[in-house]
Amino acid sequence: MKFTVHPVLAATMLSIAAALPSAARAQDANAVRGMAATCANCHGTDGRSSGAVASLAGIDKSRIVQQMQDFKTGKRPATIMHQLAKGYSDTQIDQIAAYFAAQKK
Amino acid sequence: MTLSRRDFIKRLSAGAAASAFAGCASDGGRPAAGRVVVIGAGYAGATAAKYIRMWSPDIEVTLVERDGEFISCPLSNLVLGGSKSLSDLTVGYGGLAKYGVRRVRDDALAVDPVKREVRLASGATLGYDRLIVAPGVDMQYDTLPGLKTADAQSKVLHAWKAGAQTVALRKQLEAMGDGGVYAIHIPKAPYRCPPGPYERACQVAHYFKNAKPKSKVLILDANEDVVSKKGLFMAAWNGPYKGIVEYRPTSELEDVDVATLTAKLQFGSVKADVLNVVPPQRAGNIALVSGLITANNRWCGVNWLTMESVKVPGVHVLGDATLSAQLMPKSGHMANQHAKVCAAAVIALIKNEPVNSQPMMVNTCYSFIDDRNVVHVASVHTYDAADKTMLPVKGAGGLSDKANELEGTYAMSWAKNIWADMLA
Repeated sequence: MKFTVHPVLAATMLSIAAALPSAARAQDANAVRGMAATCANCHGTDGRSSGAVASLAGIDKSRIVQQMQDFKTGKRPATIMHQLAKGYSDTQIDQIAAYFAAQKK
Repeated sequence: MTLSRRDFIKRLSAGAAASAFAGCASDGGRPAAGRVVVIGAGYAGATAAKYIRMWSPDIEVTLVERDGEFISCPLSNLVLGGSKSLSDLTVGYGGLAKYGVRRVRDDALAVDPVKREVRLASGATLGYDRLIVAPGVDMQYDTLPGLKTADAQSKVLHAWKAGAQTVALRKQLEAMGDGGVYAIHIPKAPYRCPPGPYERACQVAHYFKNAKPKSKVLILDANEDVVSKKGLFMAAWNGPYKGIVEYRPTSELEDVDVATLTAKLQFGSVKADVLNVVPPQRAGNIALVSGLITANNRWCGVNWLTMESVKVPGVHVLGDATLSAQLMPKSGHMANQHAKVCAAAVIALIKNEPVNSQPMMVNTCYSFIDDRNVVHVASVHTYDAADKTMLPVKGAGGLSDKANELEGTYAMSWAKNIWADMLA
């Protein structure tokens, strides 16, 4: 017996298959956006600071990651960032750094 | 705009359908994805309004605020110390216009969670799909009979909301003769801004040290010990302010005699020349009348994934008004963080998208020891799915080693950036 799939049903199945990972991606992106927003109080909305604290918007991802790791290990002395950096996992630091690197300066 | 069928029928039956659809057009002429009303434009409410529009311009946001401009509570102790004026802490609401936040200067009087409407003092009503209540705190004078009248409250100030009371308290300090006593009463925790009263004691001591060196600062603390940054504040009171500041723990106020400026404590009385009573607090009035208060007749319990009330569906509560999670302070910084978690969740709920299951919140509180030297306390909080609450990340956060000028610079930068994060 030949198995046939109705074309409309097939299209629906395809669109569901495509929608699932994109919904998951959107949720990840929103979670990262939320994590990055925890920095904005001191570093400015989307990392654009107007004060003495560093801007993060448009800074190379690798540079942000390195600074955060140096704060975490204590290699770079700080008033407060050595305490806050420890609140984020390495994966989270990677994600936040990528978010800020992609923002306009 | 998402409406469940049941909600839709409810609206029709409530006769509110016309207003529901009248509000559907967004700026671009396309139907809005949903309507959000925010009550209160402080650290929490203004941030929520801005971030919803920034992240999702297809949602209509109406921000209801009774005051014409924002005055920051953080840094307001510097007005008492004399190094800042109120205008330094004041920011207009005009910057929110570029995000398309619709501002209404009015007082929210009541919420109808069935019709999903807010009633304003002007008589107008605002319909909503999601309501965000960010009312701050109101003072509880019911346990202090001597302070019940408006006249008494104008003589013994709290100055625990920045504004006219801050300026009035500064005037009382200026009018006091050298050799006088300023006494501040601190209520039992939780209250707004845990380190605030101790910072205030430092600021008044800083002013006295320079202008009225024979004067004293007396701290009458209802708590058994210093609630926040203990070592750092004690270092100031035993260091630069030795002989000026006296700290008395377990000094709960029973009443006040306004005529003689006497604080009546459980054990004895204390007469002051300037008496500053910070009374116990609860969630602001609109939360009370809307039935949002769930804990000790004071605070509003929330679902920490969405900041939605545990009691009233469709209504989210932010900032000092919430029943705080473990080790979570009632601070402006934390209120701003509540707002961002709420903004993301409200957008997701309106669009039937999944809510972020791992929200994070950070707190940083700077306290000024004098006009330049500052100390901080900081913490990072993540959602714990098992306990369904926010918990501090172990090993993260901490305090300054000692008061320092670099953090004075950072504290002023913090203010500039957080005010912009809310309002610009």
